[in-house]
Amino acid sequence: MTASSDSRGAVDAIWRIESPRLIASLTRLVRDVGLAQDLAQDALVAALERWPESGVPDNPGAWLMATAKNRAIDLARRGKRLEDKQQQLVRDVGIQMAVDGADVEAALDDEIADDLLGLIFTCCHPVLSMQARIALTLRLLGGLSTPEIARAFLVPESTIAQRIVRAKRTLAEADVPFEVPSGDELQARLPAVLEVIYLVFNEGYAATAGDDWMRPALCEEALRLGRVLAGLVPKEPEVHGLVALMEIQASRAPARVGPAGEPVLLLDQDRARWDWLLVGRGLIALERAERLERPFGPYALQAAIAACHARARRPEQTDWVKIAALYEALSQVAPSPVVELNRAVAVSMAFGPAAGLELADRLLDEPSLSGYHLLSSVRGDLLLKLDRAQEARAEFERAASLTENARERQLLLERAAECVRA
Amino acid sequence: MRFMMFMYPGIDPTEDWEPDAEAVGAMSKYNEELTQAGVLLALDGLQPPQEGARVRRSGSEVTVTDGPFAEAKEVVGGYWTIQVGSKAEAVEWARRCPMNEGDMIEVRRVYEMSDFPEDVQQAAELSQTPPEQTSA
Repeated sequence: MTASSDSRGAVDAIWRIESPRLIASLTRLVRDVGLAQDLAQDALVAALERWPESGVPDNPGAWLMATAKNRAIDLARRGKRLEDKQQQLVRDVGIQMAVDGADVEAALDDEIADDLLGLIFTCCHPVLSMQARIALTLRLLGGLSTPEIARAFLVPESTIAQRIVRAKRTLAEADVPFEVPSGDELQARLPAVLEVIYLVFNEGYAATAGDDWMRPALCEEALRLGRVLAGLVPKEPEVHGLVALMEIQASRAPARVGPAGEPVLLLDQDRARWDWLLVGRGLIALERAERLERPFGPYALQAAIAACHARARRPEQTDWVKIAALYEALSQVAPSPVVELNRAVAVSMAFGPAAGLELADRLLDEPSLSGYHLLSSVRGDLLLKLDRAQEARAEFERAASLTENARERQLLLERAAECVRA
Repeated sequence: MRFMMFMYPGIDPTEDWEPDAEAVGAMSKYNEELTQAGVLLALDGLQPPQEGARVRRSGSEVTVTDGPFAEAKEVVGGYWTIQVGSKAEAVEWARRCPMNEGDMIEVRRVYEMSDFPEDVQQAAELSQTPPEQTSA
Protein backbone atom coordinates (compact mmCIF):
# COMPACT_ATOMS: atom_id res chain seq x y z
CA MET A 1 0.00 0.00 0.00
CA THR A 2 1.15 3.49 -0.65
CA ALA A 3 -0.34 6.88 0.09
CA SER A 4 0.96 9.09 -2.65
CA SER A 5 -0.29 12.48 -3.71
CA ASP A 6 -0.25 11.44 -7.33
CA SER A 7 -1.18 7.85 -8.08
CA ARG A 8 -0.84 8.26 -11.85
CA GLY A 9 2.72 9.49 -11.28
CA ALA A 10 3.40 6.49 -9.03
CA VAL A 11 2.11 4.04 -11.65
CA ASP A 12 4.17 5.78 -14.35
CA ALA A 13 7.25 5.47 -12.17
CA ILE A 14 6.65 1.76 -11.62
CA TRP A 15 6.11 1.37 -15.35
CA ARG A 16 9.46 2.99 -16.12
CA ILE A 17 11.23 0.70 -13.69
CA GLU A 18 9.38 -2.53 -14.54
CA SER A 19 8.42 -2.31 -18.22
CA PRO A 20 11.78 -3.31 -19.78
CA ARG A 21 11.93 -6.54 -17.75
CA LEU A 22 8.22 -7.14 -18.24
CA ILE A 23 8.36 -6.73 -22.02
CA ALA A 24 11.58 -8.77 -22.19
CA SER A 25 10.09 -11.73 -20.30
CA LEU A 26 6.87 -11.56 -22.30
CA THR A 27 8.81 -11.47 -25.57
CA ARG A 28 10.57 -14.70 -24.60
CA LEU A 29 7.16 -16.27 -24.02
CA VAL A 30 5.27 -15.01 -27.06
CA ARG A 31 8.25 -14.58 -29.42
CA ASP A 32 6.90 -11.30 -30.74
CA VAL A 33 7.98 -7.89 -29.47
CA GLY A 34 4.81 -6.16 -30.64
CA LEU A 35 2.50 -8.65 -28.95
CA ALA A 36 4.63 -8.56 -25.79
CA GLN A 37 4.35 -4.77 -25.69
CA ASP A 38 0.57 -4.95 -26.16
CA LEU A 39 0.24 -7.43 -23.30
CA ALA A 40 2.41 -5.29 -21.05
CA GLN A 41 0.38 -2.23 -21.99
CA ASP A 42 -2.85 -4.06 -21.11
CA ALA A 43 -1.37 -4.88 -17.71
CA LEU A 44 -0.53 -1.20 -17.25
CA VAL A 45 -4.12 -0.22 -18.06
CA ALA A 46 -5.35 -2.75 -15.50
CA ALA A 47 -2.95 -1.32 -12.93
CA LEU A 48 -4.18 2.20 -13.59
CA GLU A 49 -7.73 1.00 -12.99
CA ARG A 50 -7.07 -0.99 -9.88
CA TRP A 51 -4.16 0.46 -7.95
CA PRO A 52 -5.71 3.83 -7.07
CA GLU A 53 -8.30 1.88 -5.04
CA SER A 54 -6.47 -1.22 -3.92
CA GLY A 55 -3.09 0.43 -3.41
CA VAL A 56 0.15 -0.57 -5.11
CA PRO A 57 0.91 -4.25 -4.47
CA ASP A 58 4.09 -5.15 -2.61
CA ASN A 59 5.67 -6.61 -5.72
CA PRO A 60 4.24 -4.53 -8.57
CA GLY A 61 6.51 -6.17 -11.16
CA ALA A 62 5.15 -9.63 -10.37
CA TRP A 63 1.59 -8.28 -10.39
CA LEU A 64 2.07 -6.77 -13.85
CA MET A 65 3.64 -9.99 -15.13
CA ALA A 66 0.83 -12.15 -13.76
CA THR A 67 -1.78 -9.82 -15.23
CA ALA A 68 -0.07 -9.79 -18.63
CA LYS A 69 0.19 -13.59 -18.63
CA ASN A 70 -3.49 -13.97 -17.76
CA ARG A 71 -4.30 -11.62 -20.56
CA ALA A 72 -2.25 -13.78 -22.93
CA ILE A 73 -4.13 -16.91 -21.81
CA ASP A 74 -7.43 -15.07 -22.29
CA LEU A 75 -6.46 -14.09 -25.80
CA ALA A 76 -5.41 -17.65 -26.55
CA ARG A 77 -8.81 -18.95 -25.48
CA ARG A 78 -10.71 -16.34 -27.43
CA GLY A 79 -8.27 -16.69 -30.30
CA LYS A 80 -10.80 -16.09 -33.08
CA ARG A 81 -10.39 -12.35 -33.16
CA LEU A 82 -6.65 -12.52 -33.63
CA GLU A 83 -4.74 -12.61 -36.85
CA ASP A 84 -3.55 -16.07 -37.80
CA LYS A 85 0.04 -15.75 -36.83
CA GLN A 86 -0.64 -14.14 -33.49
CA GLN A 87 -3.36 -16.68 -32.84
CA GLN A 88 -0.94 -19.50 -33.27
CA LEU A 89 1.68 -17.80 -31.14
CA VAL A 90 -0.73 -17.11 -28.34
CA ARG A 91 -2.02 -20.67 -28.38
CA ASP A 92 1.56 -21.90 -27.99
CA VAL A 93 1.99 -19.51 -25.12
CA GLY A 94 -1.16 -20.74 -23.48
CA ILE A 95 0.19 -24.27 -23.53
CA GLN A 96 3.58 -23.17 -22.33
CA MET A 97 2.07 -21.24 -19.47
CA ALA A 98 -0.15 -24.11 -18.45
CA VAL A 99 3.09 -26.06 -18.06
CA ASP A 100 4.83 -23.17 -16.34
CA GLY A 101 2.01 -22.68 -13.90
CA ALA A 102 1.59 -19.13 -12.75
CA ASP A 103 4.89 -19.08 -10.92
CA VAL A 104 5.78 -15.53 -11.81
CA GLU A 105 7.75 -14.58 -8.70
CA ALA A 106 10.22 -17.42 -9.07
CA ALA A 107 11.86 -16.04 -12.21
CA LEU A 108 15.61 -16.28 -11.70
CA ASP A 109 17.82 -13.24 -11.88
CA ASP A 110 19.91 -14.89 -14.62
CA GLU A 111 16.79 -15.52 -16.65
CA ILE A 112 15.65 -11.89 -16.33
CA ALA A 113 19.11 -10.68 -17.31
CA ASP A 114 19.08 -12.92 -20.40
CA ASP A 115 15.62 -11.72 -21.38
CA LEU A 116 16.67 -8.11 -21.01
CA LEU A 117 19.79 -8.65 -23.08
CA GLY A 118 17.72 -10.49 -25.70
CA LEU A 119 15.39 -7.50 -25.89
CA ILE A 120 18.33 -5.10 -26.27
CA PHE A 121 19.73 -7.12 -29.18
CA THR A 122 16.28 -7.36 -30.75
CA CYS A 123 15.68 -3.59 -30.54
CA CYS A 124 19.13 -2.96 -32.08
CA HIS A 125 18.83 -5.68 -34.72
CA PRO A 126 20.60 -4.93 -38.03
CA VAL A 127 17.39 -5.65 -39.97
CA LEU A 128 16.08 -2.31 -38.61
CA SER A 129 17.08 1.17 -39.75
CA MET A 130 19.11 3.22 -37.28
CA GLN A 131 16.15 5.53 -36.60
CA ALA A 132 13.92 2.54 -35.93
CA ARG A 133 16.49 1.01 -33.54
CA ILE A 134 16.70 4.24 -31.58
CA ALA A 135 12.92 4.70 -31.30
CA LEU A 136 12.30 1.08 -30.35
CA THR A 137 15.13 1.05 -27.79
CA LEU A 138 13.86 4.17 -26.05
CA ARG A 139 10.28 2.94 -26.11
CA LEU A 140 10.84 -0.61 -24.89
CA LEU A 141 14.05 -0.35 -22.86
CA GLY A 142 13.86 3.24 -21.69
CA GLY A 143 10.17 3.07 -20.85
CA LEU A 144 9.74 6.44 -22.58
CA SER A 145 6.38 7.27 -24.13
CA THR A 146 5.98 8.03 -27.82
CA PRO A 147 5.32 11.78 -27.13
CA GLU A 148 8.45 11.94 -24.95
CA ILE A 149 10.61 10.42 -27.68
CA ALA A 150 9.09 12.77 -30.26
CA ARG A 151 9.80 15.81 -28.09
CA ALA A 152 13.38 14.68 -27.51
CA PHE A 153 14.05 14.29 -31.24
CA LEU A 154 12.06 17.38 -32.29
CA VAL A 155 9.83 15.40 -34.66
CA PRO A 156 6.03 14.91 -34.75
CA GLU A 157 4.57 12.22 -32.53
CA SER A 158 3.09 10.42 -35.53
CA THR A 159 6.59 10.02 -37.01
CA ILE A 160 7.86 8.18 -33.93
CA ALA A 161 4.65 6.14 -33.64
CA GLN A 162 5.04 5.04 -37.25
CA ARG A 163 8.71 4.17 -36.80
CA ILE A 164 7.84 1.95 -33.86
CA VAL A 165 4.94 0.23 -35.62
CA ARG A 166 7.05 -0.42 -38.72
CA ALA A 167 10.00 -1.62 -36.62
CA LYS A 168 7.85 -4.19 -34.86
CA ARG A 169 6.38 -5.31 -38.18
CA THR A 170 9.85 -5.61 -39.73
CA LEU A 171 11.04 -7.75 -36.83
CA ALA A 172 8.00 -10.02 -37.13
CA GLU A 173 8.28 -10.33 -40.92
CA ALA A 174 11.97 -11.06 -40.79
CA ASP A 175 11.22 -13.68 -38.12
CA VAL A 176 14.04 -12.33 -35.98
CA PRO A 177 14.63 -14.89 -33.23
CA PHE A 178 14.52 -13.67 -29.64
CA GLU A 179 17.91 -14.67 -28.32
CA VAL A 180 21.18 -13.51 -26.86
CA PRO A 181 23.89 -13.95 -29.48
CA SER A 182 26.90 -15.85 -28.16
CA GLY A 183 30.63 -15.84 -28.84
CA ASP A 184 31.66 -14.37 -32.20
CA GLU A 185 28.06 -13.46 -32.98
CA LEU A 186 27.94 -11.32 -29.83
CA GLN A 187 31.20 -9.62 -30.82
CA ALA A 188 29.76 -8.92 -34.24
CA ARG A 189 26.46 -7.48 -33.02
CA LEU A 190 27.62 -5.53 -29.99
CA PRO A 191 28.89 -2.50 -31.96
CA ALA A 192 25.36 -1.89 -33.32
CA VAL A 193 23.99 -1.78 -29.77
CA LEU A 194 26.76 0.56 -28.59
CA GLU A 195 26.16 2.79 -31.59
CA VAL A 196 22.46 3.17 -30.77
CA ILE A 197 23.26 4.13 -27.17
CA TYR A 198 25.97 6.59 -28.19
CA LEU A 199 23.75 8.21 -30.82
CA VAL A 200 21.05 8.74 -28.19
CA PHE A 201 23.67 10.25 -25.90
CA ASN A 202 24.98 12.60 -28.57
CA GLU A 203 21.49 13.71 -29.52
CA GLY A 204 21.00 14.83 -25.92
CA TYR A 205 24.48 16.31 -25.70
CA ALA A 206 23.81 18.46 -28.76
CA ALA A 207 20.83 20.09 -27.03
CA THR A 208 21.14 23.79 -26.28
CA ALA A 209 19.88 25.97 -23.43
CA GLY A 210 16.42 26.78 -24.81
CA ASP A 211 15.60 23.22 -25.76
CA ASP A 212 12.91 21.11 -24.17
CA TRP A 213 14.20 19.30 -21.09
CA MET A 214 13.51 15.95 -22.77
CA ARG A 215 16.56 16.51 -24.99
CA PRO A 216 19.21 16.62 -22.27
CA ALA A 217 17.28 13.80 -20.57
CA LEU A 218 18.42 11.63 -23.51
CA CYS A 219 21.99 11.83 -22.14
CA GLU A 220 20.82 10.47 -18.81
CA GLU A 221 18.83 7.70 -20.49
CA ALA A 222 21.79 6.71 -22.69
CA LEU A 223 24.03 6.63 -19.64
CA ARG A 224 21.52 4.51 -17.76
CA LEU A 225 21.21 2.06 -20.69
CA GLY A 226 24.99 1.91 -20.93
CA ARG A 227 25.30 1.08 -17.23
CA VAL A 228 22.60 -1.59 -17.53
CA LEU A 229 24.39 -3.12 -20.52
CA ALA A 230 27.73 -3.08 -18.66
CA GLY A 231 26.05 -5.11 -15.91
CA LEU A 232 24.66 -7.59 -18.44
CA VAL A 233 27.87 -8.08 -20.49
CA PRO A 234 30.62 -7.28 -17.97
CA LYS A 235 33.39 -9.02 -19.96
CA GLU A 236 33.32 -6.67 -22.97
CA PRO A 237 35.83 -3.80 -22.69
CA GLU A 238 34.03 -1.71 -25.28
CA VAL A 239 30.85 -1.59 -23.17
CA HIS A 240 32.79 -0.24 -20.19
CA GLY A 241 34.63 2.03 -22.60
CA LEU A 242 31.38 3.51 -23.88
CA VAL A 243 30.09 4.00 -20.33
CA ALA A 244 33.38 5.69 -19.36
CA LEU A 245 33.25 7.94 -22.42
CA MET A 246 29.66 9.00 -21.71
CA GLU A 247 30.23 9.55 -17.97
CA ILE A 248 33.26 11.76 -18.65
CA GLN A 249 31.59 13.69 -21.47
CA ALA A 250 28.47 14.20 -19.35
CA SER A 251 30.68 15.48 -16.51
CA ARG A 252 31.65 18.45 -18.69
CA ALA A 253 28.07 19.46 -19.50
CA PRO A 254 27.86 22.20 -16.81
CA ALA A 255 31.04 23.85 -18.16
CA ARG A 256 30.69 23.58 -21.91
CA VAL A 257 28.32 26.48 -22.47
CA GLY A 258 29.15 30.10 -21.57
CA PRO A 259 26.77 32.69 -20.06
CA ALA A 260 25.65 33.88 -23.52
CA GLY A 261 25.03 30.33 -24.71
CA GLU A 262 28.33 30.17 -26.60
CA PRO A 263 30.26 26.90 -26.66
CA VAL A 264 33.30 26.82 -24.37
CA LEU A 265 36.20 24.71 -25.68
CA LEU A 266 37.57 21.94 -23.50
CA LEU A 267 40.82 23.70 -22.60
CA ASP A 268 38.96 26.91 -21.70
CA GLN A 269 36.38 25.24 -19.47
CA ASP A 270 36.15 26.02 -15.76
CA ARG A 271 37.08 22.59 -14.44
CA ALA A 272 35.53 23.37 -11.06
CA ARG A 273 32.21 23.20 -12.87
CA TRP A 274 32.78 19.67 -14.09
CA ASP A 275 30.65 17.07 -12.39
CA TRP A 276 33.32 15.25 -10.38
CA LEU A 277 30.98 12.47 -9.33
CA LEU A 278 30.60 11.52 -13.01
CA VAL A 279 34.34 11.97 -13.65
CA GLY A 280 35.06 9.48 -10.86
CA ARG A 281 32.51 7.03 -12.25
CA GLY A 282 34.01 7.40 -15.74
CA LEU A 283 37.53 6.65 -14.51
CA ILE A 284 36.26 3.57 -12.65
CA ALA A 285 34.45 2.34 -15.77
CA LEU A 286 37.68 2.79 -17.76
CA GLU A 287 39.59 0.77 -15.14
CA ARG A 288 37.05 -2.02 -15.62
CA ALA A 289 37.79 -1.99 -19.35
CA GLU A 290 41.55 -2.02 -18.65
CA ARG A 291 41.30 -4.94 -16.21
CA LEU A 292 39.86 -7.16 -18.95
CA GLU A 293 43.29 -6.99 -20.60
CA ARG A 294 42.05 -7.06 -24.17
CA PRO A 295 42.88 -4.59 -26.92
CA PHE A 296 40.86 -1.38 -26.72
CA GLY A 297 38.29 -0.58 -29.40
CA PRO A 298 37.22 2.90 -30.48
CA TYR A 299 35.01 3.66 -27.44
CA ALA A 300 37.56 2.62 -24.83
CA LEU A 301 40.28 4.56 -26.67
CA GLN A 302 38.14 7.69 -26.82
CA ALA A 303 37.35 7.21 -23.14
CA ALA A 304 41.07 6.90 -22.37
CA ILE A 305 41.65 10.20 -24.18
CA ALA A 306 38.79 11.85 -22.28
CA ALA A 307 40.26 10.46 -19.06
CA CYS A 308 43.62 12.15 -19.77
CA HIS A 309 41.78 15.49 -19.81
CA ALA A 310 39.72 14.55 -16.75
CA ARG A 311 42.84 13.69 -14.74
CA ALA A 312 44.44 17.08 -15.45
CA ARG A 313 43.28 19.46 -12.75
CA ARG A 314 44.56 22.35 -14.85
CA PRO A 315 44.81 22.34 -18.67
CA GLU A 316 48.62 22.72 -18.58
CA GLN A 317 48.87 19.44 -16.65
CA THR A 318 47.37 17.49 -19.57
CA ASP A 319 49.40 14.43 -20.60
CA TRP A 320 49.58 15.25 -24.32
CA VAL A 321 52.18 12.58 -25.07
CA LYS A 322 49.78 9.93 -23.88
CA ILE A 323 46.88 11.54 -25.75
CA ALA A 324 48.93 11.61 -28.98
CA ALA A 325 49.70 7.89 -28.53
CA LEU A 326 46.02 7.11 -27.89
CA TYR A 327 45.00 9.01 -31.03
CA GLU A 328 47.52 6.99 -32.99
CA ALA A 329 45.95 3.79 -31.64
CA LEU A 330 42.50 5.18 -32.47
CA SER A 331 43.60 5.95 -36.02
CA GLN A 332 44.54 2.25 -36.34
CA VAL A 333 41.23 0.77 -35.11
CA ALA A 334 38.89 3.49 -36.44
CA PRO A 335 40.76 5.47 -39.06
CA SER A 336 39.18 8.73 -40.15
CA PRO A 337 40.44 12.13 -41.32
CA VAL A 338 38.86 13.80 -38.27
CA VAL A 339 40.76 11.46 -35.94
CA GLU A 340 43.94 12.31 -37.88
CA LEU A 341 43.28 16.01 -37.39
CA ASN A 342 42.79 15.51 -33.66
CA ARG A 343 46.00 13.51 -33.61
CA ALA A 344 47.77 16.42 -35.29
CA VAL A 345 46.59 18.76 -32.53
CA ALA A 346 47.66 16.32 -29.79
CA VAL A 347 51.06 15.82 -31.43
CA SER A 348 51.55 19.59 -31.66
CA MET A 349 50.78 19.94 -27.95
CA ALA A 350 53.14 17.06 -27.09
CA PHE A 351 56.01 17.60 -29.51
CA GLY A 352 55.64 21.13 -30.87
CA PRO A 353 53.75 22.89 -33.67
CA ALA A 354 56.08 21.74 -36.48
CA ALA A 355 55.37 18.06 -35.80
CA GLY A 356 51.65 18.79 -35.63
CA LEU A 357 51.64 20.82 -38.83
CA GLU A 358 53.39 18.01 -40.68
CA LEU A 359 50.48 15.70 -39.82
CA ALA A 360 47.84 18.33 -40.55
CA ASP A 361 49.39 19.09 -43.96
CA ARG A 362 49.00 15.45 -44.97
CA LEU A 363 45.24 16.01 -44.75
CA LEU A 364 45.20 18.81 -47.33
CA ASP A 365 44.46 16.37 -50.16
CA GLU A 366 41.77 14.60 -48.17
CA PRO A 367 38.53 15.17 -50.17
CA SER A 368 36.23 14.73 -47.14
CA LEU A 369 38.00 17.59 -45.34
CA SER A 370 38.16 20.00 -48.28
CA GLY A 371 35.33 22.16 -46.91
CA TYR A 372 36.08 21.49 -43.23
CA HIS A 373 36.72 24.73 -41.35
CA LEU A 374 38.53 23.02 -38.47
CA LEU A 375 41.37 21.84 -40.72
CA SER A 376 42.02 25.46 -41.73
CA SER A 377 41.63 26.72 -38.21
CA VAL A 378 44.03 24.11 -36.79
CA ARG A 379 46.58 24.89 -39.52
CA GLY A 380 46.17 28.61 -38.83
CA ASP A 381 46.85 28.03 -35.17
CA LEU A 382 49.96 25.93 -35.82
CA LEU A 383 51.31 28.34 -38.46
CA LEU A 384 50.90 31.25 -36.06
CA LYS A 385 52.82 29.36 -33.38
CA LEU A 386 55.60 28.88 -35.95
CA ASP A 387 55.66 32.66 -36.60
CA ARG A 388 54.26 32.25 -40.13
CA ALA A 389 51.69 34.99 -39.53
CA GLN A 390 50.79 35.72 -43.17
CA GLU A 391 49.97 32.09 -43.94
CA ALA A 392 48.15 31.77 -40.60
CA ARG A 393 45.97 34.75 -41.44
CA ALA A 394 44.96 33.22 -44.77
CA GLU A 395 44.02 29.98 -43.01
CA PHE A 396 41.89 31.74 -40.38
CA GLU A 397 40.11 33.71 -43.08
CA ARG A 398 39.52 30.55 -45.06
CA ALA A 399 38.15 28.82 -41.93
CA ALA A 400 35.86 31.82 -41.28
CA SER A 401 34.46 31.53 -44.79
CA LEU A 402 33.80 27.81 -44.31
CA THR A 403 32.02 27.77 -40.95
CA GLU A 404 28.25 28.09 -40.77
CA ASN A 405 28.26 29.24 -37.17
CA ALA A 406 28.15 33.05 -36.91
CA ARG A 407 29.80 33.19 -33.50
CA GLU A 408 32.61 30.94 -34.63
CA ARG A 409 33.11 33.01 -37.79
CA GLN A 410 33.48 36.13 -35.66
CA LEU A 411 36.07 34.42 -33.48
CA LEU A 412 38.06 33.23 -36.52
CA LEU A 413 38.04 36.70 -38.11
CA GLU A 414 39.36 38.15 -34.84
CA ARG A 415 42.17 35.62 -34.89
CA ALA A 416 42.93 36.55 -38.50
CA ALA A 417 43.12 40.21 -37.48
CA GLU A 418 45.52 39.32 -34.65
CA CYS A 419 47.88 37.79 -37.21
CA VAL A 420 48.29 41.20 -38.84
CA ARG A 421 49.28 42.75 -35.53
CA ALA A 422 51.64 39.90 -34.67
CA MET B 1 17.35 14.41 -12.62
CA ARG B 2 19.44 13.61 -9.64
CA PHE B 3 17.98 12.78 -6.25
CA MET B 4 19.41 11.92 -2.86
CA MET B 5 17.68 9.47 -0.57
CA PHE B 6 18.57 9.98 3.10
CA MET B 7 17.97 7.05 5.41
CA TYR B 8 16.85 7.86 8.96
CA PRO B 9 16.97 4.55 10.83
CA GLY B 10 14.19 4.07 13.39
CA ILE B 11 16.58 3.37 16.24
CA ASP B 12 17.47 5.42 19.31
CA PRO B 13 20.47 7.42 18.08
CA THR B 14 22.01 7.60 21.56
CA GLU B 15 22.22 3.82 21.89
CA ASP B 16 24.93 1.59 20.55
CA TRP B 17 23.92 -0.26 17.44
CA GLU B 18 25.52 -3.01 15.39
CA PRO B 19 24.34 -3.96 11.90
CA ASP B 20 23.17 -7.56 11.62
CA ALA B 21 24.07 -9.82 8.73
CA GLU B 22 20.51 -10.33 7.57
CA ALA B 23 19.75 -6.61 7.32
CA VAL B 24 23.05 -5.94 5.56
CA GLY B 25 22.32 -8.77 3.11
CA ALA B 26 18.89 -7.35 2.27
CA MET B 27 20.37 -3.89 1.81
CA SER B 28 23.12 -5.23 -0.48
CA LYS B 29 20.49 -6.90 -2.64
CA TYR B 30 18.61 -3.60 -2.85
CA ASN B 31 21.79 -1.72 -3.78
CA GLU B 32 22.43 -4.34 -6.45
CA GLU B 33 18.96 -3.71 -7.87
CA LEU B 34 19.69 0.00 -8.08
CA THR B 35 22.96 -0.78 -9.86
CA GLN B 36 21.37 -3.22 -12.33
CA ALA B 37 18.74 -0.62 -13.18
CA GLY B 38 21.53 1.81 -14.01
CA VAL B 39 20.23 4.47 -11.62
CA LEU B 40 22.72 4.34 -8.74
CA LEU B 41 25.46 6.99 -8.85
CA ALA B 42 26.85 6.85 -5.32
CA LEU B 43 26.04 5.68 -1.82
CA ASP B 44 27.52 5.67 1.67
CA GLY B 45 26.59 4.37 5.08
CA LEU B 46 27.42 6.63 8.00
CA GLN B 47 29.02 5.71 11.31
CA PRO B 48 26.78 6.38 14.35
CA PRO B 49 26.66 9.96 15.70
CA GLN B 50 28.86 8.89 18.66
CA GLU B 51 31.74 9.17 16.17
CA GLY B 52 30.61 12.54 14.84
CA ALA B 53 30.36 16.16 15.95
CA ARG B 54 28.08 19.14 15.43
CA VAL B 55 29.49 22.56 14.63
CA ARG B 56 27.09 25.40 15.26
CA ARG B 57 27.27 29.14 14.91
CA SER B 58 25.45 31.58 17.18
CA GLY B 59 26.28 35.27 16.91
CA SER B 60 30.05 35.44 16.58
CA GLU B 61 30.59 32.21 18.45
CA VAL B 62 31.18 28.79 16.89
CA THR B 63 30.61 25.84 19.21
CA VAL B 64 31.52 22.21 18.65
CA THR B 65 29.56 19.40 20.28
CA ASP B 66 30.83 15.83 20.08
CA GLY B 67 28.29 13.06 19.53
CA PRO B 68 26.09 11.45 20.69
CA PHE B 69 23.62 14.30 20.56
CA ALA B 70 21.10 14.21 23.39
CA GLU B 71 18.57 16.40 21.57
CA ALA B 72 18.65 14.50 18.28
CA LYS B 73 15.54 12.49 17.50
CA GLU B 74 16.39 11.69 13.90
CA VAL B 75 19.90 11.10 12.66
CA VAL B 76 20.99 10.39 9.09
CA GLY B 77 22.33 6.86 8.77
CA GLY B 78 23.31 6.88 5.11
CA TYR B 79 22.43 8.14 1.68
CA TRP B 80 22.09 7.14 -1.96
CA THR B 81 22.53 9.43 -4.95
CA ILE B 82 20.40 8.24 -7.86
CA GLN B 83 19.61 9.47 -11.34
CA VAL B 84 16.00 8.99 -12.42
CA GLY B 85 13.41 10.59 -14.68
CA SER B 86 11.03 12.01 -12.07
CA LYS B 87 10.41 12.51 -8.34
CA ALA B 88 7.80 9.74 -8.51
CA GLU B 89 10.49 7.36 -9.74
CA ALA B 90 12.80 8.34 -6.88
CA VAL B 91 9.95 7.79 -4.43
CA GLU B 92 9.24 4.38 -5.97
CA TRP B 93 12.87 3.37 -5.47
CA ALA B 94 12.73 4.56 -1.84
CA ARG B 95 9.57 2.50 -1.34
CA ARG B 96 11.43 -0.62 -2.44
CA CYS B 97 14.15 -0.22 0.18
CA PRO B 98 14.13 -3.04 2.77
CA MET B 99 13.29 -0.84 5.75
CA ASN B 100 12.97 -1.87 9.38
CA GLU B 101 10.16 -0.77 11.68
CA GLY B 102 10.31 2.99 12.13
CA ASP B 103 12.88 3.62 9.39
CA MET B 104 12.27 6.66 7.21
CA ILE B 105 13.74 7.74 3.89
CA GLU B 106 13.69 11.37 2.82
CA VAL B 107 13.84 11.95 -0.95
CA ARG B 108 15.37 15.25 -2.09
CA ARG B 109 16.21 16.59 -5.53
CA VAL B 110 19.77 17.78 -6.11
CA TYR B 111 20.26 21.32 -7.39
CA GLU B 112 21.79 21.64 -10.80
CA MET B 113 23.73 24.75 -11.79
CA SER B 114 21.08 25.56 -14.40
CA ASP B 115 18.43 25.79 -11.61
CA PHE B 116 20.11 28.98 -10.36
CA PRO B 117 19.78 32.49 -11.81
CA GLU B 118 22.84 33.76 -13.67
CA ASP B 119 24.18 35.96 -10.81
CA VAL B 120 24.19 32.96 -8.48
CA GLN B 121 25.93 30.89 -11.15
CA GLN B 122 28.63 33.56 -11.41
CA ALA B 123 29.05 33.63 -7.62
CA ALA B 124 29.51 29.87 -7.65
CA GLU B 125 32.51 30.28 -9.91
CA LEU B 126 34.95 30.74 -7.05
CA SER B 127 37.80 28.65 -8.29
CA GLN B 128 39.23 27.61 -11.60
CA THR B 129 40.66 24.54 -9.92
CA PRO B 130 38.50 21.60 -8.96
CA PRO B 131 38.66 20.43 -5.36
CA GLU B 132 41.55 18.01 -4.87
CA GLN B 133 39.68 15.43 -2.83
CA THR B 134 37.09 14.76 -5.51
CA SER B 135 39.38 14.63 -8.50
CA ALA B 136 39.39 10.82 -8.27
